[in-house]
Amino acid sequence: MAVAPVRRRLHRLEPTALRGVMVREVVNFSSFWRSSTFSSTVDPTIYLLAFGFGFGSLVSTVAGYDYIDFVGTGIVATTVLFAGAFPAMYSTFVKYEFQHTYDAILAAPVDTEELVTGEALWIAARVGVYGTVPMLVAMIFGLNPSWGMLLVPLIAAIAGFGWASFGIFIAAKSEKIESFSYWQSGLLTPMFLVAGTFFPLTALPEWAQVLGNLNPLYHCVQLVREAVFGVWGWAAVGHLAFLVGFGLIGWRLAIRFMERKLIL
Amino acid sequence: MTQDTAPRAGSAISLRGFVKRFGPITAVDGLDLDVPYGTCVGLLGPNGAGKSTTMKALTAQVIPDGGELEVLGYRLPDDSKQARAEMGVVPQLDNLDVSLTVEQNLLVFAHLYRVPAAGRKAAVERALEIAILTDRRHAKVSELSGGMRRRLLIARALLHQPRLVLLDEPTVGLDPQVRQGLWALIDAMRSEGVSILMSTHYIEEAERLCDEVTIMSHGRAVAVGPPRQLIADHAGREALEVYGPPPRLAEVERHARERGWATRRTGTSVSILHSNGTAELDGVRRVTNLEDVFVLLTGEEIS
Repeated sequence: MAVAPVRRRLHRLEPTALRGVMVREVVNFSSFWRSSTFSSTVDPTIYLLAFGFGFGSLVSTVAGYDYIDFVGTGIVATTVLFAGAFPAMYSTFVKYEFQHTYDAILAAPVDTEELVTGEALWIAARVGVYGTVPMLVAMIFGLNPSWGMLLVPLIAAIAGFGWASFGIFIAAKSEKIESFSYWQSGLLTPMFLVAGTFFPLTALPEWAQVLGNLNPLYHCVQLVREAVFGVWGWAAVGHLAFLVGFGLIGWRLAIRFMERKLIL
Repeated sequence: MTQDTAPRAGSAISLRGFVKRFGPITAVDGLDLDVPYGTCVGLLGPNGAGKSTTMKALTAQVIPDGGELEVLGYRLPDDSKQARAEMGVVPQLDNLDVSLTVEQNLLVFAHLYRVPAAGRKAAVERALEIAILTDRRHAKVSELSGGMRRRLLIARALLHQPRLVLLDEPTVGLDPQVRQGLWALIDAMRSEGVSILMSTHYIEEAERLCDEVTIMSHGRAVAVGPPRQLIADHAGREALEVYGPPPRLAEVERHARERGWATRRTGTSVSILHSNGTAELDGVRRVTNLEDVFVLLTGEEIS
């Protein structure tokens, strides 16, 4: 009979494994950070300038704010979407389908749960940084600095984790990269518009306001405005709870569907 | 448990009755497989025989529907992560990070394979030497030749000095001289006492490198043993190769069948196995090889 080997069960979500996954991401990022930073920050900045100047010439105040203040804070949510969900969707799909990266990682002592978590955390960290860029641009155009702005990277990172996870989930659900179109046009674009970024939800019909309240981007926008303008209230707790809940659900969904895809 | 079904003590890999189904298809149908410590075992079989599924099961990327799987004494799939920490895997599909340099690829996997910080630099240097890429360390992977990339893939799997290495078709698609370079590398690994499981459909590769081979067909092991033994058992010492037009070949096959000799078609000829110097037919006498056994047992020609 074989001598029973010493059972040294490794645990779930080990820091060593998460770090390994993130090191891979960071080292790879060093080779494409220019293009990634460009698309993640320039797009929202263009929206900011287009709406700020275009729409801003028609309206001076929205919901009690100067329009540049309104859109300069709301734009953080746009960055969260552009720097969180989209890179997660595309990089996950490319790594799975074309580069076979996950085969290599899962052959090392890393489980799917750690793989997904490490990648989502890394994107969340990036979103935390990128999220502030359009806001900094808005400051050039008149958004006043405030201490509450220091919380914006944290808020962006929390929302970014949810969107990164959701993006990984979309990639795991998609057999073809063309399927992304359905998600983008059918879900992400409407959410991007009905988030209270460019106009307040109160301008919309009631059913759209109800849907808006289910939109994580809306809660991100609200939380950012409350932080930047220092108008804290109990509502902030609700917004934060919604974002954390969205992150947790997205995270578990991403793991579950990636496991289905990667483990046969 | 009988002696036969008990996991062999001292095996780096031990599979008993491994079954895997994909919907209505049974990819692996009760496979038994052993890799004793310090040996190199070849997994031979035509496409679709279940080799890749078996390799994937050993890293828990395929979850078995039945059977007992043990790697380095750890039960799979539950304790697979621990097993993976102590083994290296060379995949069939090149999955290097092409936009990174040779050194960066190794550094990333030194982290993934949990090489302690103090030993990371030395591990990367050693891997560079194994891959013979020390002077190309700053080259991007996309600039390397196919053979260099394959050497890097192998070296990457050795960063953490594993006790067991899985090689999935290690030389597929490479030029013959490049292939021989890789054989030298694998042979060096074996002589250092690393246990190796290698799937291949290059018969010559298995014949040269493996202490033992398992021939798979339709998800089962159809023959197990040292290459020489298998050749002697299934093909005899010598084969007689008879050339001629198709009608003549058909006649030869009929003749052999009447005598109870096994035959195989090799394009323009018929090989009669176990012929052992018969003078009944005109042909070229040649030494039998593992390919004869493979074709005989799997009923498939080598592509």
